[in-house]
Amino acid sequence: MPQSHVYELENKAADPNPYLPKLARIVRRVPMVKDNHLFMVRFNDPKEGEEFDYLPGQFVELSVIGSGESPISISSTPTRKGMLEFCIRRMGRNTNALYRLKDNDLIGIRGPYGNGFPVHQMEGSNLLLIAGGLGMAPLRSLLNYALDNRQKYERIILMYGAKYPEDVLFRDELESLENREDVDCLLTVEQAYDLPDAKPWHGKIGMVTNLFSEFKDLDVNNTYAVACGPPIFYKFVIEKLLERGYPKNRILMSLERRMECGIGKCGHCGIGYKYTCIDGPVFTYWDAINLPEMIG
Amino acid sequence: MRVVKLPKQHREMFLERLEKFGEVHVPTPKGKENFTFKRMETPEQMAWEYLRTILPPKKYFMPPKETLMNYDQSNGYHEVDPEYNQQVILFGLHPCDIHGVGIMDMIFDGAYNDTYYFKRRKDVKLIGLSCIPDDKCFCRSMGTDFVDTGFDLFLSELEKSYMIAIGTGWGDQVVQANRDILMETTLSDRDEYLERRNRRKEQFQIELDTSDLPYILDLSEDTEVWEDIGGQCLTCGACSMVCPTCYCFNIYDRENLDGESGERLREWDSCLFKNYTRVAGGETFRSGRADRVKNRYLHKQAHFVDEYGHPSCVGCGRCIDACPAGINVVEVFQRIRGVA
Repeated sequence: MPQSHVYELENKAADPNPYLPKLARIVRRVPMVKDNHLFMVRFNDPKEGEEFDYLPGQFVELSVIGSGESPISISSTPTRKGMLEFCIRRMGRNTNALYRLKDNDLIGIRGPYGNGFPVHQMEGSNLLLIAGGLGMAPLRSLLNYALDNRQKYERIILMYGAKYPEDVLFRDELESLENREDVDCLLTVEQAYDLPDAKPWHGKIGMVTNLFSEFKDLDVNNTYAVACGPPIFYKFVIEKLLERGYPKNRILMSLERRMECGIGKCGHCGIGYKYTCIDGPVFTYWDAINLPEMIG
Repeated sequence: MRVVKLPKQHREMFLERLEKFGEVHVPTPKGKENFTFKRMETPEQMAWEYLRTILPPKKYFMPPKETLMNYDQSNGYHEVDPEYNQQVILFGLHPCDIHGVGIMDMIFDGAYNDTYYFKRRKDVKLIGLSCIPDDKCFCRSMGTDFVDTGFDLFLSELEKSYMIAIGTGWGDQVVQANRDILMETTLSDRDEYLERRNRRKEQFQIELDTSDLPYILDLSEDTEVWEDIGGQCLTCGACSMVCPTCYCFNIYDRENLDGESGERLREWDSCLFKNYTRVAGGETFRSGRADRVKNRYLHKQAHFVDEYGHPSCVGCGRCIDACPAGINVVEVFQRIRGVA
C-alpha cells in the first residue's frame, strides 16, 4: 500500500454520503387506475431540485419515512422542469406506506440512478416504444422527452398494451396524442367490457404484439425498439422484433430487479457481471444474450 | 521496500508497544479450534500459529449489522458517523486476507464511494503475518499466497525471528519506535526466507486450476453439477458470511416504539437466500437452489473477472470450513472441469 493510498482512503471517506436521501414533499397525488397513482414531488430545497438532472429511463430510491426505500422509475421528463413525477403501483410494504401519505407529506429521494435510455444515440432514428402494463411508467418519460425534442427523431410510435381499459396508465394524456400527426399512439387491451360509468374504449383489442403489423414499412435498421413490461412480455415482444429483423443492439429493454442501494454495492440486482442499477436498467438485447438470466 | 528483523523473544514487546499507535486487534483463540480477530488485552492472547479466523477482516469495515442513519417524521434522515475516532491496528493478517481487503476496497470504490466503508477503513492499519497452509488453503491457486502491497507492515516468520517488510510511512514510524529491539537483515536471513517460501509452496494440499475458468464456466451453463450441488446446499449462507470478499447487504428501516422515529440499517445478506432477488409483488428472479448456488460460484470466478480482471476468491478456505453440507469449492470446480 503506497503512502498515497492512505490519502485516497481519506478522500473517499470525505465524499458525500451516497445513501442519504434528500427531503422532498408530495405536492399532488393523481389517481390514474386502481392502486396506481401519479405522485408529483418537489424537493424541499429548490437548489436540490435544480441540480437534479436526469435522463428518461433513470430511477430514484424513494424513501417513505418510517417504512423503507424502493427503486422507482421516473415518469416525468427532464425537458419539463419543476416537479418530478412517479407512477407507482401499490404493491408491497413500502408502496402501501406511501399510499397512506397525504399531500404535502415528507418523503426522501436519492438519485437519479441507472444509465437511462440513450436519447442522444437514438437521435435521427425512428423510435418504436412498446409498453406492457406498468412498463408505461418509464416509457412515458422517454415519450414526452422525444415529443419535446420532436425535430431530433424521425417517426415516434407508441404501442401500449394493458389487460383492461381500466388498467391503461396515462390514458387521457395518451388518447389526446391520437390527434397529433407527428406521433402514432396505439393503445390496446386484452379485453374490454362496457362498464357503466366507464369511459368507452375506442382503442384496439388484442395483444400488443398484434400491433406490429400496422408498421410494416418501418426501416428496422433505422429504428430503436424500446420495450418495457413484465418478464413474460419481453419473451413475446422480442420474438416479434427478431422476426422483423431488428438488429440486436437496437432492441432496448428496461428491466426490473430488487435494488437496495441503487449504486452497485448491495449485490441484489446483479445479472452476471452487470448490475441492473448502474449498468442498467436499460439493456440491449445483445446484452441479454450474453447474460442468460436477464430475460429468463 | 525496506526490511528489518524482529527476534522472536521480543515479539510480545513489539505487540505491547503497538498499543501506543492505536487499538490493537489480534487473532485470538475461541473455543477449541477457532480463532477470531479481537481487541488485544494482553500480548499472550495472540495466536501466532492460527490459520484462519471465523470471520474475515471485513467485519471491521462493514460490520454484520450497522446503523446508517436515524430518522424522524418531521426532520428526515440524519447520518450516523461510523468513524472509529482512533487508529485500529489489525495484526496478524495472512496474505489471503490482505488481498481480501484490497478487493473490498475496489468494490466499495467506483462511481459511488461507500462512505461508511471508507470512514472505517481509513483508520485501520494492517500488519500481515506469514503462514503455513493446511488442507483447506488454496491461495496459491488464486495467486494470493504472497502479498506485495496493501499492508503497513508484513511479518515473515523465520526460525528465530520475523522479517518485517515496511509497506507505508506509518509502518516506518512503528519500526522507528522499535529500533532498540529490531535488527538489520543479513544475507543468511534472505537465504532462510527463500528456503522457507519455497518449502511452503510445496505444502499446499489442494489446488484449483483457474486457467480459462470463466470460459469453462460459460460453456458449463447447463451442466448437471449445479443441480447436484443445489441439492446438497442448504442455502444457509454461512459461506457468504465467512467470505472475505462477500459484500452483499440489505438495507431496512426499524421503527422506534414512538412510531415517529427510527433507524435505517444495513445487514449482511447472501445471494443464496431465496428472497435475495424478490421484488414487490413476490416475483423472484433466481428461485431455484441450483441457480443460486451457480450464481455464487460464477460471481466469484467469472463475473468478477469480467468486471475487475481477476477472481474475487482469495483461497482462504473459510467457506470449506463453514459449510454444514460439506461442499468444497475446489471440488466443485474440479467437477465442472471434469477432473473429479
